[in-house]
Amino acid sequence: MTRDYSLLGPDARRAIESGLAAAAWYHTDVPRKEMKALMQRSDGPAIRDTVILFAAMVGFAGLGIWLWPSPWSAPFWLAYGVLYGSAMDSRWHECGHGTAFKTPWMNNALYGVACFMIVRNPVTWRWSHTRHHTDTYIVGRDPEIAIMRPPAFLKVIGNFLGIFDAWNGWSRMLLNATGRIHPEEADYVPASEQPKVIRIARIWTAIYAATIALALAMGSILPLMVIGLPRLYGAWHHVMTGLLQHGGLADNVNDHRLNSRTVYINPVSRFIYWNMNYHVEHHMFPMVPYHALPRLHALIRHDLPAPSPSIPAAFREMWPALRRQLANEDYYLKRALPATARPYRDDFHSAALGAAAE
Amino acid sequence: MTHWIDACATDDIDEEDLIRFDHGGASYAIYHSPDGQFYATAGHCTHEQVHLADGLVMGHLIECPKHNGQFDYRTGEAKRTPVCIALKTYPVKVEGDRVLIGLGA
Ligand code: FES
Repeated sequence: MTRDYSLLGPDARRAIESGLAAAAWYHTDVPRKEMKALMQRSDGPAIRDTVILFAAMVGFAGLGIWLWPSPWSAPFWLAYGVLYGSAMDSRWHECGHGTAFKTPWMNNALYGVACFMIVRNPVTWRWSHTRHHTDTYIVGRDPEIAIMRPPAFLKVIGNFLGIFDAWNGWSRMLLNATGRIHPEEADYVPASEQPKVIRIARIWTAIYAATIALALAMGSILPLMVIGLPRLYGAWHHVMTGLLQHGGLADNVNDHRLNSRTVYINPVSRFIYWNMNYHVEHHMFPMVPYHALPRLHALIRHDLPAPSPSIPAAFREMWPALRRQLANEDYYLKRALPATARPYRDDFHSAALGAAAE
Repeated sequence: MTHWIDACATDDIDEEDLIRFDHGGASYAIYHSPDGQFYATAGHCTHEQVHLADGLVMGHLIECPKHNGQFDYRTGEAKRTPVCIALKTYPVKVEGDRVLIGLGA
């Protein structure tokens, strides 16, 4: 079956008509008392992580500038780039949910900074991510499907250097700065919020214009090494982890165990990714803050497919499935559930799971 | 005229928490605030058809479990996107150890 990922196309209409859109999703049972404890907000963990993050960024960028243009500056730029072009992806995400900090202004402040660095309009992307949670990997409804079928490998690989994503972000910023909203954005951003999209795009455009002007005045790309370019040279980590969230798994289903992947990863990547490797858990219970996801995982793992044991293992599982989707769009990985889990409702998902399921 | 419906006992709801209450084909949420007061609102979020009973009460805010939108449950006011439309509120009174919700005729 050929998929049409446009939010205004036939698959979007079909998802609404079939009840696949805005459906009730599967949830593992968690006693209310325990869920309440998991959902509790606190400022401490995110303040600690944010201080470490920005201190490291200032340190790495400072050393990069100090050693510039020597090749010895390169490792510091690479480290700075990952924090700018990848850690800001998870900060944008968690603060957008409002779960990083207990104090709202702290969430909003980090959200605004992270959005700028990752080049995602904070208003547009709040609404796009809302839709991603309503209709996760529902074709024609979810605006955040990272790997469409058949997979466009050039785009996937290019995004390791931010090429298509960042280009898209900057071109959308310029479009919005001229006072226009893309028709697909208008599908999920309410009209009352659209003036904010435009205002922010204009502020960002001014910041980039000032950075470029400074680079021209200095006759050096150094200012752009600090602002803008790290979105490209530091993107690889968030793309690496982001592809694993849903890649190769089922689409058009209403059970996050079928369309999302939890991966055990190393502590440095977990800091950069802010625990979003617990991705099934996050989608099932988006109110649980990042720092409580390991506890949530321990509580519900009996009902979830076994996590991938590492990032390389997850790629070894996903990549061949993506290659098979080149020839057969309906192919996907159906992950086995432990004996303690409630089974998948295959009857409910029969249309999506189809004959190609394994 | 307001009909007072017996909804639950005062100790059915922990402080700073809520429960679901279904009556007459409609669903409501009843709250016990941190200052010991009781409040009632419509049960479903105004953004999508998601019940608030699985959400989190923080002070006088209820956060929806689906997209983390927030309402002030005392007034129903929408406080955080993606909720933009206020939540309907209902009068509540406590008689002895019972919580009563006032519904229209
Ligand atoms: S359903 Fe309540 S915030 Fe979306």
